[in-house]
Amino acid sequence: MARTPSSKLSRRRFLVDTARTASGVLLFGLGVGLYARRSESLPATAIRPPGAGPERDFLGACIRCGLCVRDCPYDTLRLARPEEPVATGTPFFEARKIPCEMCEDIPCVKACPTGALDKDLTNIDDARMGLAVLIDQENCLNFLGLRCDVCYRVCPLIDKAITLEARHNVRSGKHAIFIPVVHSEACTGCGKCEHACVLDQAAIKVLPDKLAKGELGRHYRVGWKEKQRAGKSLVTPDVEHQYNLPEGVEYDYEGEGLKMKQHDTPFADNPLDTLNRKGGKP
Amino acid sequence: MSALRPGQEATLRKGWWRAHKWLLLRRVSQFGILALFLLGPWAGLWIVKGNLASSLTLDVLPLTDPYVLLQSFLTGHAVAGTALAGAAIVTVFYLIVGGRVYCSWVCPVNLVTDLAAWLRRRLNIKGSARMSRQTRYWVLGLTFVLAFLTGTIAWEVVNPVSMLHRGLIFGMGFAWAIVLAVFLFDLFVLRHGWCGHVCPVGAFYSLLAMPSVVRVSAAAREKCDDCMDCFAVCPEQQVIRPALKGADQGIGPVILSPNCTNCGRCIDVCALDVFRFSTRFSNATTPHIRVAQNKEVSP
Repeated sequence: MARTPSSKLSRRRFLVDTARTASGVLLFGLGVGLYARRSESLPATAIRPPGAGPERDFLGACIRCGLCVRDCPYDTLRLARPEEPVATGTPFFEARKIPCEMCEDIPCVKACPTGALDKDLTNIDDARMGLAVLIDQENCLNFLGLRCDVCYRVCPLIDKAITLEARHNVRSGKHAIFIPVVHSEACTGCGKCEHACVLDQAAIKVLPDKLAKGELGRHYRVGWKEKQRAGKSLVTPDVEHQYNLPEGVEYDYEGEGLKMKQHDTPFADNPLDTLNRKGGKP
Repeated sequence: MSALRPGQEATLRKGWWRAHKWLLLRRVSQFGILALFLLGPWAGLWIVKGNLASSLTLDVLPLTDPYVLLQSFLTGHAVAGTALAGAAIVTVFYLIVGGRVYCSWVCPVNLVTDLAAWLRRRLNIKGSARMSRQTRYWVLGLTFVLAFLTGTIAWEVVNPVSMLHRGLIFGMGFAWAIVLAVFLFDLFVLRHGWCGHVCPVGAFYSLLAMPSVVRVSAAAREKCDDCMDCFAVCPEQQVIRPALKGADQGIGPVILSPNCTNCGRCIDVCALDVFRFSTRFSNATTPHIRVAQNKEVSP
């Protein structure tokens, strides 16, 4: 069939129109895509509800319905607005404003219809929303030698997630300093410590794990832990060291250094013993 | 064509109430659904919780937007929980009443774009950018590709539909600016621009419920006097012509295009009652009926 000018024209028009639409949509998509990628960078102060996975997974799983927000009895959670630096419509909280109260029945997780908040989380103590870090050791009152202890006292897992460690107060020379120490194996990141910190700016803050924690190289093995796990030394045991010391002399590792063996000392505490010794020296 | 505004003749002939029946019912539905969602946060009456993405009614009935759930699935998330049941219920519902009933009877953006279309007619704003009505399917495809590529529900960071609905219920923030942009786009740039050309949510629902049961039918199309009022008010005017004018080509009177939103405005504004709600199964072409009638009448 011969091509008529009109069919040629309409095909041309079809192709151009399609290209026009496609390129417009592509440009639009580029903008949306780049913006979406940028909104993956959750600010450190924004904390996801308990049971939320890594940020990228969460943004694929959360459909922004707000049911978790509705079932939060303390109004802790809220949905991000378009102008906020959190992905629009997703739930989060800021510990300094309202922390998570760690409800035992975890209503927010129960309310989630998609599994974006993991239903396998049944014990709130297993939640890992972030990790508290005593980030300002210059202004923390306990570090200054005062007994503030507020973060320690409000911690729902007191003596597990936060403990107080006594140290010598070098400044005064005669007092103790009680340092709040956070333990990552127990801290849920609820943020009650950050919320309660009495300073104008909290000295203790809940941070995302990726900011709060270091990570050993995968090949690292801590010797004493491996030894404990195996029940024996995993390397050839050291040969016990022997000094070639003169007879009757021993080495004190505690600081005295070389000294005479106790039983060989020629002088007893009681001088009479020496005098009464048989065959004693003249 | 008359000097009267679209629908005025219908008002004169049928009375104001009958000439606005479906429009009013639609507004009742739109505001009613919004009110149900707002009763909770405003009055503490928690009949419905959540928003259009996913909601829970009376603590029993889950309803989930299948579109957002499909995007979530494409990001690689193993969707679990009540959302699946909720999406199934919604899908079945729209398979009965028509996919884009979501657009005209539920979606809050429709209130904005309807206002823009009304203002456009009243202010007599002519001229419009040219954009294919197929663009929305490209955008729909794009949202799926973006979900797959970014691993996040990328469309939801900009979606004006969910932003407006969520904004009304959970706090607006700057979402009003995006809604205003949609309004101005429809008013000055492109007639029926957002809902009729761009919005992938509507595009999704049109595809979801392609074989839906309830349809508008130009049942009495032989009465049409070409006043063009239905074309003037229809947000998807391309869907009317085949059904209304296709009798000679053997096309049935039922509007089968999945992009008809079942808004029923054509039924309202037609002074001659050409249109009515019907089902897709009553699409026998009128010539047959006429033949049958003729047989009965003529001896």
